[in-house]
Amino acid sequence: MNNGGLQMKEERFTSGERKSRKSDDESRSSKTEPSIAPEQLRLKVEQLNVYYGDFQAVKDIDLSIGTNKVTALIGPSGCGKSTFIRCLNRMHEVTPGGRVEGRVLLDGQDLYGPGVDPVDVRRRVGMVFQKPNVFPSMSIHDNVASGYKLNGIRDHQLIAEKVQKSLKNAALWDEVKDKLKQPGTSLSGGQQQRLCIARALAVDPDVLLMDEPCSALDPIATTKIEELIHELKETVTIVIVTHNMQQAARVSDYTAFFYVGELIEFGETGTLFTTPQKRQTEDYITGRFG
Amino acid sequence: MSDEAIDSTFSTGNAARVVHHDTRVINFGDRLFYRVTQAFALIVILLAFLLVFDLFRGAWEAIQTFGLKFLVGTTWDPVKREFSTLPTVIGTLVKAFIALLLAVPISIGSAVFISFYLPKWLRPFISYPIELLAGVPSIVFGLWALFVMVPVIRSLQIWLKANFGWFFLFDGPAVYGVGVLSGSVILAIMIIPIITAVSRDILLTVPRPQIEGMLALGATKWESIWQVALPYARVGLFGAVILGLGRAIGETMAVTMVGGNSFAMIHSLFDPVHSMASQIASEFTEATYSLYVSSLIYVGLVLFGITIIISLCAQYLIWRLSKGHVAVFE
Amino acid sequence: MVNQHSAAERRHYQFRRATERLAGAGMVLCTAVTVFFLFMILGYVVYNGASAIDWNFLTGLPLPPGESGGGIANALVGSVLVVACAVLIAMPIGLGAAIFVNEFPSARLGRTVRFMAEVLTGVPSIVVGLFAYALVVRPMGSFSGLSGSIAYAFIMVPIILITSHEAFRLVPTSLREASLALGVPKWRTILGVVLPVSRTALLTGAVLAFSRALGEAAPMLFTAFGNPFWNLNLGKPIATVPMLIYTYATGPYDDWHQKAWAASFVLMMVVLVTSVMTRAFLRGKSHE
Repeated sequence: MNNGGLQMKEERFTSGERKSRKSDDESRSSKTEPSIAPEQLRLKVEQLNVYYGDFQAVKDIDLSIGTNKVTALIGPSGCGKSTFIRCLNRMHEVTPGGRVEGRVLLDGQDLYGPGVDPVDVRRRVGMVFQKPNVFPSMSIHDNVASGYKLNGIRDHQLIAEKVQKSLKNAALWDEVKDKLKQPGTSLSGGQQQRLCIARALAVDPDVLLMDEPCSALDPIATTKIEELIHELKETVTIVIVTHNMQQAARVSDYTAFFYVGELIEFGETGTLFTTPQKRQTEDYITGRFG
Repeated sequence: MSDEAIDSTFSTGNAARVVHHDTRVINFGDRLFYRVTQAFALIVILLAFLLVFDLFRGAWEAIQTFGLKFLVGTTWDPVKREFSTLPTVIGTLVKAFIALLLAVPISIGSAVFISFYLPKWLRPFISYPIELLAGVPSIVFGLWALFVMVPVIRSLQIWLKANFGWFFLFDGPAVYGVGVLSGSVILAIMIIPIITAVSRDILLTVPRPQIEGMLALGATKWESIWQVALPYARVGLFGAVILGLGRAIGETMAVTMVGGNSFAMIHSLFDPVHSMASQIASEFTEATYSLYVSSLIYVGLVLFGITIIISLCAQYLIWRLSKGHVAVFE
Repeated sequence: MVNQHSAAERRHYQFRRATERLAGAGMVLCTAVTVFFLFMILGYVVYNGASAIDWNFLTGLPLPPGESGGGIANALVGSVLVVACAVLIAMPIGLGAAIFVNEFPSARLGRTVRFMAEVLTGVPSIVVGLFAYALVVRPMGSFSGLSGSIAYAFIMVPIILITSHEAFRLVPTSLREASLALGVPKWRTILGVVLPVSRTALLTGAVLAFSRALGEAAPMLFTAFGNPFWNLNLGKPIATVPMLIYTYATGPYDDWHQKAWAASFVLMMVVLVTSVMTRAFLRGKSHE
């Protein structure tokens, strides 16, 4: 593994990690990675290539996602970050013509391996979408329970407890506890998005993917969700796509910069934003394009 | 409508004023045009009222003679000059509902298949023939039913009676072939294309993020359709079913040909029983005196009334239900 | 790990997969049934009908009942005549009303008319026949092609109104505004800009209405009634194809039955051509 100029951050990892170093001043043309010990890796992406039909949207990605950390994916529109994140829970293949080559290892097991059911994958890797997609035909309670009940749980008590716990984890419980039977769409935009988060949390995923979750929300709702992310990362690994660099800087531990389907740079957030290694990263961060 | 009011309608939706060169000339042309098209619009309304008026006028003699007892009586005797319509109303409704029972699952199932399972490029190949079928005239359905379907139903009926004749539904004159069962089945075949086509359009408007949201929770494809897509579209689907119901109730030719032409209360599926439309169709040209004709028109009025009531109830229900964010067919 | 489940979860999972497969099979079955009936009906019409069609069938007149041979020329011409007359009546009304509904949206009458049209499309065709009977046949004292035309027109007006209205709605407001901004009066804008732009959709609506009326038999039962001879006089009973199919199908002669199939084949051809034309128009429109 290469660690470029990231050595000073290594104290943050628990003991027992192994690192191999290369000389600091060796500039490289390929991607750099912070050292994350194998035990600390929730998701490891190897040589991912993603296609829409014949068109290749994402090329040769190698990326590691640290456990209980927030990893942000940034880049200009069309750089493939949304396409990439949808591969982490095997949603890309739902799009007509969607095709994936490569490996995505969740705790060491390849999600795209033979005999792995996407349905299984999506329980372990949850997703929150850009615009809140609350189910309008269900009440708030039923929305949250919808994923949880898929495993055949019938016990009303259990379900109610799960709903309450999930809503609390999503910082929504106090606002809705008196109106659980009302339709999910009776909430404001920010509340709906937190409802979607609660819904995703109710199935106890290991990883939560968030595809620009705040882009349809006002600043106050956005702040609430950013605070929520801070709390959530204690229990869930988070990968968040954002077009807002300030948000990435505020919220994430690691940041990956995508450009035209390739991973240009990946590193600890603080470092990437203050001393980016690559010219393109620097250009994007300073607003020269994108 | 005052001239100022007319002038104000000449904006394209905003408060913007039209540029006038010569006010008088332009206003006159526009005003005339407005009046003319308004007249046509009024003609449409007039037609509707004329329809109701003429039906009442034609049925008046029977209304005066029988009053509302017409709707609950069970006698139809041209010789004794006693007419009533309960058995035909029941015949109509029973055939229509059985047709719905048969058609709705098949239609919605087909629509789900076309919208969610079929690859996009294959869709026109299935959808287009179904739309074609929806345009087939009812006598062609009737002709086919009479010569192709009825013999099959007759065999089925005979078999059912032989093996399950104890069941009241199968305890009837199986050898006729024509009857409630035949009528219902051909009605079902006729309304399947309509319900399928409309349902397919509705289902295609369910937003992808909804379905993907459910899939992302770890649902199978069917679970996402059953728990999210169908409930989302339920108002539109309901509208599609009502469309089919309306067609089934008002359908004449096919039912006349194979639904059985006997005025009687239904006892079994094999009974040959008139629907309101088939009774009018069969007997109208044979009606020899005015009360007879008037009674048949009264039946037509009742049929019209039922159709309108169902249509209005459906519109109301749709209006109520679509208060939420669900797909409605416009 | 991805595949760690309890035994109960694993069982339920199998159940879910089984349901998924069953549901998929069910959907296929439903579609198969639908398509099956389509082929059954079309197939029989073609099989039984196509063989009986020859020049004599299309141009000859019916022979006395019981005799083989003859044709349905009078019904073919009669149908076209009656429906064409209906179009002449229905088109101005439907189009004019649609213009009113769309181009003068502030008038409440417009919304009422549109709503009424929707309701009218649901009126059973036999009730329309009764209406035409009471309105025309009774006062006239006899069946006539004219009463048939009026019945068809009643059916066609809502269809034309609704399709035309939708066509007008699709015309961008910017086109109208461009014309108005040049000083063109509104009525000229409508006639000179809106109508020509939407002409394919309007034509489609008219063709649809034409085709729909052509196949309707119920209203003819006591309006145009039927006529075994040549008749081009709309004031007298006139033969129409759907009516003829009904009479022949329910009659006792095999020859009649076969003619019914053949006439159905002709009707189906019209429906098919109409459908293809409509599709072509709509596809053409989406490319504009």
